[in-house]
Amino acid sequence: MSGVDAQQAEVEGHLSGRRLPRWSTPALAGGALLVGLIVQLTGWTVVGLAPGVVAAIVFLLGQAITSLAIEGRRHSKDRIATTLIYATFVVALTPLLWILITVLVKGLSVFDWTFFTSTMRNVSPRQPGGGILHAFLGTLEQVGIATLVSVPVGLLAAIYLVEFGKGRLKFWISFFVDVMTGVPSIVAGLFIYTALILTGVLQQSGFAAALALCILMIPVVIRSSEEMLKIVPNDLREAALALGVPKWKVILRIVVPTAISGLITGAMLAVARVAGETAPLLLTTFLAQDINLNAFNGSQTSLPTFIWDQISRGTTSSVNRAWGAALALILFVLIIYAAARILAARFTPKSR
Amino acid sequence: MSKQIDINDLNIYYGNFLAVEGVNLTVRANSVMSFIGPSGCGKSTVLRCINRMHEVVPGARAEGSVRLDGENIYGPNVDPVLVRRTIGMVFQRPNPFPTMSIYDNVVAGLRLEKTKGDKRNLDEVVESSLRGANLWEEVKDRLKKPGAGLSGGQQQRLCIARAIAVEPKVLLMDEPCSALDPISTLAIEDLIRELRERYTIIIVTHNMQQASRVSDMTAFFNLAAVGKPGKLIEVGPTQQIFTNPQEKQTEDYISGRFG
Ligand SMILES: Nc1ncnc2c1ncn2[C@@H]1O[C@H](COP(=O)(O)OP(=O)(O)O)[C@@H](O)[C@H]1O
Ligand SMILES: [Mg+2]
Repeated sequence: MSGVDAQQAEVEGHLSGRRLPRWSTPALAGGALLVGLIVQLTGWTVVGLAPGVVAAIVFLLGQAITSLAIEGRRHSKDRIATTLIYATFVVALTPLLWILITVLVKGLSVFDWTFFTSTMRNVSPRQPGGGILHAFLGTLEQVGIATLVSVPVGLLAAIYLVEFGKGRLKFWISFFVDVMTGVPSIVAGLFIYTALILTGVLQQSGFAAALALCILMIPVVIRSSEEMLKIVPNDLREAALALGVPKWKVILRIVVPTAISGLITGAMLAVARVAGETAPLLLTTFLAQDINLNAFNGSQTSLPTFIWDQISRGTTSSVNRAWGAALALILFVLIIYAAARILAARFTPKSR
Repeated sequence: MSKQIDINDLNIYYGNFLAVEGVNLTVRANSVMSFIGPSGCGKSTVLRCINRMHEVVPGARAEGSVRLDGENIYGPNVDPVLVRRTIGMVFQRPNPFPTMSIYDNVVAGLRLEKTKGDKRNLDEVVESSLRGANLWEEVKDRLKKPGAGLSGGQQQRLCIARAIAVEPKVLLMDEPCSALDPISTLAIEDLIRELRERYTIIIVTHNMQQASRVSDMTAFFNLAAVGKPGKLIEVGPTQQIFTNPQEKQTEDYISGRFG
């Protein structure tokens, strides 16, 4: 049987044919890397290809040819497709890892206790030291206010769209949510700036910044909540209605609890999404170097605007502080993601 | 306790589509009636009109009257929520609430909408409803466990317990056994025979043996063609429908010479 390749075996009605041995893949990969290295060392890189790319091409071709010779066409195509999929995966992941590693390395250099417990008060741009406490508290407060406003509004809108909405009104609300999802974040800031600050309704403040974040957050919350409510089976609504439960209670006590883990995840992801927004904050609040817990009065710095501020000062110490704050921001978002997962898992309906 | 149902000239629509036309039917108190007929002839649709669940579907409406001991449930001041309390429903697929324990599932109707003057103790309601649904012995030691962890047949009996916990007068069952194995099916059929003492029951079934085993009366529905409205063809004592039907269509359907 092993005389014929797998393709031929299929034609002849056998169930097994020749296959490449398992060690062939790592062996080929090693060989390809070696070729890539040699090409690099001998300076043949006339085509301008990096050794990794050369190795990938050698691997792809080598595997395709050996597979074609030994296993037949179908297996050869399968291996090409597999290699290409893994390659795109690596390509997609590389920038992400790169960013993470850069931020980690540069950020950790300024991470110490004072960095988290002190502010920039009386620290000049050239001096090392100082910290992000004021910016972190500002982010907490602005994102907190935005969440308190956006989650109820978004959830109620989603409930309207899924449970009550019909006809024109539903169509237009849905349409505007779509449009709002695509609004560039600076436009949200500009809107608050022209509609509320220039008209004198609000001063530039943490609260104005939070409102700008709301504009970005609400459509995200609506969309995610809508999807979550939609996957609650209609059977459950009907079962509750048939017990003589009024519709509003069915929604409150059956539909929302059934979807709650998804709703929480959606809200948390929306929080994570706006926590890193910079542009709308620059237009709606001024920078401060010290703690300001009052969101309604005076300027309030947040992590993203802190990063922007430090970078724009351009000294070595301030750029280092910016990296540190970037790492802190990433960790903050990471913690929110993790919390979302844990909460979602806790609230998922169990069957045991 | 249980009540008689009189359906008069009922036309049922989904939007502009007339799904079922001209139903006239009486279901006596404390009797079991089964609805039989080919798929799509409107059995579920008629059933859902009897407790005003039909109008839950967007655009759906019904004309005509359904009387419960003489009172038209489509009357101008009738509250559908109260109708559904009086006329309970069990669905084709078991649908316990996934976020709730067995205990909470049974009392869901009472907890979510307590009627005035209902002073029953919840523990007692749970026990009597689960006993009524023949499920008590199997679950009494794990009442706090999720209802979704039960087997399909147990879940369906849990849904029956949930429906009878609110003390309805009528119980509507839409193919309650079609998702169940034969043993669970027999358990539910036994249950229907017991429940008959206290409720008026209408059951939709595709299983003729089941219809003849559990019901006193049988109604046969049919439709002339897809897209045409379904109609009630014949109603009579179950024995007569299965042995000596008056209509040729019924006979063809019963004897499998359908279509
Ligand atoms: N939600 C719905 N929307 C529109 N048409 C429906 C809906 N449910 C059922 N119908 C139509 O009503 C007719 C009767 O359906 P149904 O009552 O489910 O039949 P049965 O239960 O006897 O199989 C069918 O033509 C079906 O296509
Ligand atoms: Mg049906």
